[in-house]
Amino acid sequence: MQPGLLKDRQKQVYQKGTTPFDLDCNKGSLAGAVSQRACVFCGSRVVLYPIADALHLVHGPVGCAAYTWDIRGSLSSGPELYRLSFTTDLQEKDVIFGGEKKLYQALVELIERHDPRAAFVYSTCIVGLIGDDLAGVCKKVSREKDIPVIPVQSEGFKGNKRAGYQAACKAMFELVGSADTSDISPVAVNILGDFNLAGETWIIRDYYRRMGVEVVANITGDGRVDDIRRCHGASLNLVQCSGATVELARMMQEKYGIPYKQVSYFGMEDMARALYETADFFQDKDPGIAARTQEIVRRELQAIHPEVQKYRWDLEGRKAAIYVGGAFKAFSLIKCFRHLGMQVEIVGSQTGTKEEYQEMADMCHEGTIIVDDTNPSELARFIKEKDVDILVGGIKERPIAYKLGIGFCDHNHERKLALEGFEGMVNFAREVHSTVMSPVWNFVPRRAGGMTNHKNMED
Amino acid sequence: MLDAATPYVSTTNACKLCTPLGACIAFKGLEGCMPILHGSQGCATYMRRYIISHFREPVDIASSALGEDQAIYGGGPNLMQGIINVMDKYNPDIIGIASTCLTETIGDDVPMILSGFKKEFAHLKIPELIHVSTPSYSGTHMEGFHRAIRQTAIQMAEPDPLPHSKITVLPGFVSPWDVRHLKGVMRDFDIPGIILPDISETLEGTIQEDIEMVPSGGTSMQDLKSLGGSPACIELGNCIKNDLSTAGWLEKNLNVPAHRLGLPIGLRGMDAFMQTLSRISGKDMPREQMLERGRLVDAYVDAHKYLFGKKCLIYGEEDLVTGLVSFLAETGVQPVLAASGGRSGLMQKSIEQACDGMLPQTPSVLSGVDFYQIVEEAEKLEPDFILGNSKAYRIAAGKWDIPLIRVGFPVHDRMGAGRIRHAGYEGAYDLLMRIVNTLLEKRQEDADLGWGYM
Ligand code: SF4
Ligand code: SF4
Repeated sequence: MQPGLLKDRQKQVYQKGTTPFDLDCNKGSLAGAVSQRACVFCGSRVVLYPIADALHLVHGPVGCAAYTWDIRGSLSSGPELYRLSFTTDLQEKDVIFGGEKKLYQALVELIERHDPRAAFVYSTCIVGLIGDDLAGVCKKVSREKDIPVIPVQSEGFKGNKRAGYQAACKAMFELVGSADTSDISPVAVNILGDFNLAGETWIIRDYYRRMGVEVVANITGDGRVDDIRRCHGASLNLVQCSGATVELARMMQEKYGIPYKQVSYFGMEDMARALYETADFFQDKDPGIAARTQEIVRRELQAIHPEVQKYRWDLEGRKAAIYVGGAFKAFSLIKCFRHLGMQVEIVGSQTGTKEEYQEMADMCHEGTIIVDDTNPSELARFIKEKDVDILVGGIKERPIAYKLGIGFCDHNHERKLALEGFEGMVNFAREVHSTVMSPVWNFVPRRAGGMTNHKNMED
Repeated sequence: MLDAATPYVSTTNACKLCTPLGACIAFKGLEGCMPILHGSQGCATYMRRYIISHFREPVDIASSALGEDQAIYGGGPNLMQGIINVMDKYNPDIIGIASTCLTETIGDDVPMILSGFKKEFAHLKIPELIHVSTPSYSGTHMEGFHRAIRQTAIQMAEPDPLPHSKITVLPGFVSPWDVRHLKGVMRDFDIPGIILPDISETLEGTIQEDIEMVPSGGTSMQDLKSLGGSPACIELGNCIKNDLSTAGWLEKNLNVPAHRLGLPIGLRGMDAFMQTLSRISGKDMPREQMLERGRLVDAYVDAHKYLFGKKCLIYGEEDLVTGLVSFLAETGVQPVLAASGGRSGLMQKSIEQACDGMLPQTPSVLSGVDFYQIVEEAEKLEPDFILGNSKAYRIAAGKWDIPLIRVGFPVHDRMGAGRIRHAGYEGAYDLLMRIVNTLLEKRQEDADLGWGYM
């Protein structure tokens, strides 16, 4: 249906309005397609990494750990142990004779050196192949050192990022339920799936504080082992976006009967909805909560409205493309752009499900391109075809946008700018504005009609 | 020398990257080349992210994207499909294929897969397929880099070449600016050259009418084929072991005389390169370069007081570190520690030579170490500043409150990594000014009232 696409990728691209919705997804990346996706290990690392007082040991050769050393914007209000990159750095002889002994020694050494509250041990591709008994080693060290030492089965090749999320959730679930919950308020929640990029969890926590809601654990952002151990004392789990931690919420519902809600903290609409839904949930236990929440939302909106409006004035009618990791984030972004008067022409994710893509299609106008697990050449083609003004994505997408002479907004784990909450919406608007309105695009050949193309200047 | 016998079992904050990353960077310096990593998807994506955030350029690296089944039954079919898809989308002249830990461990025989591929798809126009074996459990990204260059020569150079006048220069892993500069120097000399790899344009490109899926620039196919006809090969890097040396291979197998020098960093480093060029070509050093050299010496004199005895910690790739130590030794800065995650076994001696007669004492040299060990060692040495990539930022800023001057790879927290100057008289001048001005700035800021005139 789409000329110029690799044959085996045709069904992973859908243009709304052309045919009834149909999209292939959740399959392995195509060989040679330069997917923007990572691996199972990556999924686990993303979710568990911000648990700040745990030791994160990558069992494998050096690369897997080196490339994930402190690359994310997750902040901690205390311990910084999570920002160090530990690995067993497997050598040839370990690969031949097995790495269990080295793993054991490394774990003991690191636990003695850093005295962590818990340790996560990640398996990588090689470990999956040589068959080290990760669980056995962890159990032994756990007994000897008297802290939880938890294996994370995240061999890179055994699926995609989603499988990594599940492995991470399984690992965290081992901690849940192991500490006292008697002093927890009846109006208490856990924040799941937020990574405290640029301090975003702190913004969200503050709204809940003002609503009178206790946060037991912000499990994956500025996380603490001891909080996770008692988080089954909360009455509600709030799961942010991507679905990275929804599995954990499900497990907690099953075992502890704690319900969960999926929320998003991006954009004024979704942010307000997250707070209102939480207020609704606690209405019986705390009748005053609705009024307080309304007041918070009203105030916050009032504070940001003029500035957002100011940017909208300039941005009205411009076009955007979105390519992010999870589909939920894409939903919020589509709404955010709407608030800025902009239209989304291309939207895609690395790991969306069929239902999520369906919802995406429902939100978009006719002609919008919806894409699963795309790659640079496709993305470049769509951007040119739709002639958008900005691409929202991660670092890997940035040079594609810039080389095509359009703006870019980093909405990935690396970013240093808080985009959640009401103030996050202003940051987002400002960021979009500052790139779309920059005069530099006047000099880019594709936009300048070849005027500044050095090739033309030569002849 | 503190070496290999590392006191720790675990690695904390590695001071090295994995072999295929180096191979990819080398492949990126060949014209019309697209790299494929034979392994699972994650490796390629992580390396792309890493390289992109340094160069701020599109860096496409394909993956054969092995899943569980292929890990068990072999990755041949995926590699073949990967090549077909890359041909379809990128239409490259060369595909550089590097293995990963995974495919090395399952024992995929890449040469065999490739010859099967060539037979099966004989009816298609197949690009050149260069392959290199790069398991990361032996060696660092620098081994991957050198191995890919050497394999490129082995697999591409014609066995019976016609002699020509182009001098082959193997610049090592330096910045795109460095490569451009070395090319400029040769132009000043009026010496035609082959630069391998040439990342000067491919990893620091321009914006054009349309995005180039394979960026232009790089060592041309013709040059690769004619490597053996070169009158001489100059290989830059002191710490390249013989079995990784491309110059050595060319000399032994195609009778190209080899000249092996250190990276041309600092006055003596560049002098050696200049003299070699002069000797090979029979030409005098160009006036423009004489002037640059003179300006550098002049600047050495102007700056010497502020640098004498200042203590510096240096880390990174072994060759870069050696070059930087050599340069610093000329300025009166005392390098107190030279460290690398690499383990060629050649760094200690090269550094001793570089410091000989210049410094009262050679720095301690650490090979095969991680940042935990570097910090532990440096703690006692109390450096005044650090020369290295972005990776020591938190140590520099937090713990010691001393400046980190960014050189080498990766530089993730500053712009302009493509134009970091290390090489030549101009590179040395630039480094000198960055160092002295950083130290002056620090002194000024630390002084109670500062000063407005020096
Ligand atoms: S598996 Fe090997 S090649 Fe892949 S990232 Fe890890 S170290 Fe590098
Ligand atoms: S080796 Fe496996 S786990 Fe490590 S980065 Fe590559 S795909 Fe991921």
